[in-house]
Amino acid sequence: MDYEFVKTTCPFCGCGCQMFLEVMEGKLVRTIPDRGAQMNEGKLCIKGWNAHQFVQSPDRLTAPLIRKNGKLRECSWEEAFGEIVSNLSTIREKHGSESLAFLSSARCSNEENYLLQKLCRAGFETNNVDHCARL
Amino acid sequence: MTNSIPEIEDADCVFVIGSNTSEAHPLIAHRVFRAKTKGAKLIAIDPRKTQVAQQADIHVRIHYGTDVVFLNAMMNEILRNGWHNQQFIEERTEGFEDFEKAVQEFPIEKASEICCVPVDVMREVARIYATSSISTILYTLGITEHSHGVDNVKSLANLAMLTGHIGKPSSGVNPLRGQNNVQGACDMGALPNVYPGYQVVTDIVTREKFQKAWGVPLSGEVGITIPDMMDGLIDGSVKGMYIFGENSVESDPNIHHVRKALTSAEFLVVQDIFLTKTAELAHVVLPGAAWSEVEGTYTNTERKVQRIRKAVEPPEGARPNWVILSELGRRLGLKNMDYGSAREVFDEMTSLTPSFSGITYDRIDEMDIQWPCPSQDHPGTQYLHKDQFARGKGLFHAIRYRPSEEMPDEEYPFILTTGRRYAHYHTRTMTGRCQSLHREFPGPMAQMHFSDAERLGVADGGSVEVTSRRGKVVTPVSVGDIVPEGSIFMDFHFEEANPNWLLGTYLDPVSKTPDYKVCAVKLEKHL
Ligand code: SF4
Repeated sequence: MDYEFVKTTCPFCGCGCQMFLEVMEGKLVRTIPDRGAQMNEGKLCIKGWNAHQFVQSPDRLTAPLIRKNGKLRECSWEEAFGEIVSNLSTIREKHGSESLAFLSSARCSNEENYLLQKLCRAGFETNNVDHCARL
Repeated sequence: MTNSIPEIEDADCVFVIGSNTSEAHPLIAHRVFRAKTKGAKLIAIDPRKTQVAQQADIHVRIHYGTDVVFLNAMMNEILRNGWHNQQFIEERTEGFEDFEKAVQEFPIEKASEICCVPVDVMREVARIYATSSISTILYTLGITEHSHGVDNVKSLANLAMLTGHIGKPSSGVNPLRGQNNVQGACDMGALPNVYPGYQVVTDIVTREKFQKAWGVPLSGEVGITIPDMMDGLIDGSVKGMYIFGENSVESDPNIHHVRKALTSAEFLVVQDIFLTKTAELAHVVLPGAAWSEVEGTYTNTERKVQRIRKAVEPPEGARPNWVILSELGRRLGLKNMDYGSAREVFDEMTSLTPSFSGITYDRIDEMDIQWPCPSQDHPGTQYLHKDQFARGKGLFHAIRYRPSEEMPDEEYPFILTTGRRYAHYHTRTMTGRCQSLHREFPGPMAQMHFSDAERLGVADGGSVEVTSRRGKVVTPVSVGDIVPEGSIFMDFHFEEANPNWLLGTYLDPVSKTPDYKVCAVKLEKHL
């Protein structure tokens, strides 16, 4: 049976507790605190102990969605990317870069935040990027 | 944070203000309680009797939104008794004279009336904080989420500089950052005025560096903040919006306003793992991968950069966010958006960001590193402002009191204050789908004082209608003495009783942070 422990960081609060994800047959089954971590020394709070549960929710999105006749329906990645690039580019041409705005995420990783601000600044020549730190 | 989390337990005075530490930062609360068992004096300043306040040596039940008055009066008292650190003030700070004048306008007797705190309690708190040898300040959104949040933060910096309680191990001014990577999102330049590492967009040399690296011309104009984006959508100056991993509809104040803004967008993209209330309004929704399905890093509140690792595959059809964003970049014609892994993205970022230059995946696998870390032989920085402040000398600010924008009146006689509960995270898109957390805390539960409940005829577990100038919601309440008389506390985890329907959009003039902590409401028993 395929059974492993993968070290990671809790996805909830700014404490950044270190934990292991217990993985059985490709599924998350549990979180276990890291005793060697200087910050949490083998402890987690109630959120950390249950952090794996939402990942395998049946509500996860599994295809891009596009609005047609007022309703969202599933579409291919190709269609979704095409729609985004053409709409954002048209708005930029018609109304200028400053008519676009990007909201990044305090939930997502450094790498993802770096790429989103790069996409905004380099892709559309505007600094209209923010995230919810001020909220 | 200027200090590290484990350092807290070696302070001998822990001054916790506007922080519900044990619910919002449980593992930091653990260090606070350890400090207390080692003999530290614990001072909690909060209108609510939070768990930290219940454990405190002194709980100052300050009136909502009067922190500036309280802190200025404390500093007035410190100066009057000569408890300040003259050497620190002379060697490391400037602007003291104006500051001193402002503080003199706040004698402790006057402050005592405004803050509803007895004079001798104020004196005792000032004495303990100033005269302990290692004092440290912890604060959270109870300080920043006000229409005068920046004044509150500057007052805390004044207090630490006046007494020299900063720039030492276990001693400093420590904002506890809420979300897992709110520190990192700021560090990575997801802000309208700075590139990664707080390099300002208006600086020509910096801009040229990024233009060269990214191979395109860049804008030298500071961008707009979230509240301005929302207003812009309504007035038509903003037409297209890309929302990445945020449920703005439920987490921003004044839901009516946010809904109106997002439905006005000509084109709205939302990238998320669930179909949130925000995603429901989009023209295109992109399914991302969750944290346990990708490689990457988060930066915690003590500036430590830590790995997340791929443990399982994303569900079929979803893609890692970094893959989606780089694909979009390529399709927009950007040349260097071809990344083979998250590690390559990280390496590009560090090559452009001096405070991260010395950090690599390999190094953080081996040891804990907190930025700034300028080179590969640098161990990282455990606490900030050791010999000097970032700007050189620490600047005192003369701060005067501005009451909250919407205080109770005859029609709306109660104060509504909002926050979080221990088992949930924000709008519960994640924790609501963790069965154990849902069972632990299945529905909203506001908090009211006994005497108010008795007057309104509301029983413990009964329901009240809460009405503000923006709207009305109904919520069950628990009756007790966690909140002071004349106020109600609500969490924003549940859609059906979300106080964000009620809050206004009163912003701090500098930070543009909305007031989530003081709003005037009317309460009635719900039949
Ligand atoms: S386990 Fe709890 S305290 Fe630790 S990071 Fe997660 S949410 Fe925060």
